[in-house]
Amino acid sequence: MMNTIKPDAVLPAGKWDVAEGRRGRIGDKIFFNLTLIFTLLMVLILVGLIIILNIDAWPAIQRFGISFISSISWDPVNEIFGALPAVYGTLLSSLIGLLIAVPISLGCAIFLSELAPEWLSRPCSFLIEMLAAIPSVIIGLWGMFVLVPFIRSPVEKWLGSTLGFLPFFQGPPFGVGFLSAGIILAIMVIPIITAVSRDVMCAVPITQREAMLALGATKWEMINRAVLPYCRSGLVGAIILGLGRALGETMAVTMVIGNAYNLTASLFSPGVTIASKVASEFSEASGDIYIGSLVELALVLFGITLLVNIIARLLVWRATSVRTTGE
Amino acid sequence: MLGLSGCATGIVIIVLALILGYILVNGISYLNIDIITQAAKPVGEIGGGMRDEIFGTLILVVLASIIALPIGLLTGIFVSEYAGPKIASAVRFAADILAGVPSIVVGVFAYAVLVRPMHSYSALSAGVALAIIMIPVVARTAEEALRLVPNSQREAALALGINRWRAIAGVILPGAITGIVTGIMLAVARVAGETAPLIFTALGSAFGVQGLNQPIGALPLQIYRYALSPYRDWQQQAWAAAFLLVILVLGINVIVRWVSRRRSR
Repeated sequence: MMNTIKPDAVLPAGKWDVAEGRRGRIGDKIFFNLTLIFTLLMVLILVGLIIILNIDAWPAIQRFGISFISSISWDPVNEIFGALPAVYGTLLSSLIGLLIAVPISLGCAIFLSELAPEWLSRPCSFLIEMLAAIPSVIIGLWGMFVLVPFIRSPVEKWLGSTLGFLPFFQGPPFGVGFLSAGIILAIMVIPIITAVSRDVMCAVPITQREAMLALGATKWEMINRAVLPYCRSGLVGAIILGLGRALGETMAVTMVIGNAYNLTASLFSPGVTIASKVASEFSEASGDIYIGSLVELALVLFGITLLVNIIARLLVWRATSVRTTGE
Repeated sequence: MLGLSGCATGIVIIVLALILGYILVNGISYLNIDIITQAAKPVGEIGGGMRDEIFGTLILVVLASIIALPIGLLTGIFVSEYAGPKIASAVRFAADILAGVPSIVVGVFAYAVLVRPMHSYSALSAGVALAIIMIPVVARTAEEALRLVPNSQREAALALGINRWRAIAGVILPGAITGIVTGIMLAVARVAGETAPLIFTALGSAFGVQGLNQPIGALPLQIYRYALSPYRDWQQQAWAAAFLLVILVLGINVIVRWVSRRRSR
């Protein structure tokens, strides 16, 4: 994060154009305006996204109002739509995903940034990045044919027989459902949480570590008392960034969650997320209200991820820019 | 505790090995030349392949690149070369937010903007959806690559008396080209496997590639369809296609990282 000195600092813009006369100035103006226009175009896409989604969702917004969020029915025949099970499924599957992913990712990040020697951490980071690069639909394919049968027969049966007194682990083991979706999401967000928290940990000044070690701390005490507290907000940002990814993840979840419009506490039962609902029904929907409701679902998802991403970005930025101002 | 963190890393790598292992073993065992050379057969007929879908994915990726590269690249140039610190971080923020928009939402947007007014699913709408996903990735990596060009090069170019846009196009851009190409290739790898926005923009086509204003098939979309189908033959083709897609996507990733690391040494 070098703070580069722009040519402006050397020669104020507009002054040195004179050197090449009028022609050069025109070329510069055209090029500058071109970059400006395309930058505005990108910002416009973002703004347009919000506006267009609102316009297309308007029939549903008008019809159902605020009850869209709290209603549990999804009835295309009578055109009564509510988002609650989808919102619940989205939050629940992401929560399971994070519960699994966070300890593993933080462990990975500590290992890669603090413990592993260079020759080991480099290939490990590379492999974890490869996990992030596998397309979602392929993780879903693997989930459908490998993970789901495994979850159905040993995992859910065992959980049901040992922890069956809890409401989360009751009901028949379907295999497809919130638990499988959560595990798939964990696999998909581990790379991003690991990568960001590793960067955040590497940004902790070396003096902090040395001071702690000089006090006679062991390596673990150094990490626990000096490194982790120093970058806590950055780590929270990394986790929230992972949450944003998990909330919007579509294909892999659609393929393993079972797509039943359910609102139950059991993690074994098939469910639905906002993204999977939109993915599985949008191309077959007809009528303004039906399509509008699906677009409104997308809008709700967009709103949630927007909020989550903004919070995460601010936290991560603050944590990684500490290094540049501190040095 | 230190041991546990090593275990966590081990678990992740084992999971990666499991996923890749299954795709490799299943993919290779179901792979045959028909996947590449044959078109899809209708329901009930054994055999067939994904020739049209592979071609469709190529077209979509090229289309998305044509739209996204100028926007992403020029945005990167603007942020790194022209914008003041405040505007730069605002644009950067917008790019990060755009990158965080779920791909399914981008698909809904492309549907609303292009499919609905044109009254037809189309390759064009799918290309636009993929382009929207590519733009922030290209913009951010281009900007970061440009900022790594030493300032002395900027000053040297300007000191020669050439004007600013020629300094950027002739000196600064070539200096950052490795990083920019890396970003572009990673963005291409990302959208090549993207499925969610294609479901209701590209839709898939049983009649091959017919034109940009017509529905078009795509490899990841076909993997999704075939994986959910009840036919054993189709599921096997899905594995074989998944193998091809993984080779493509991870191949690009590995090559790009290898090349950029060698260059940076």
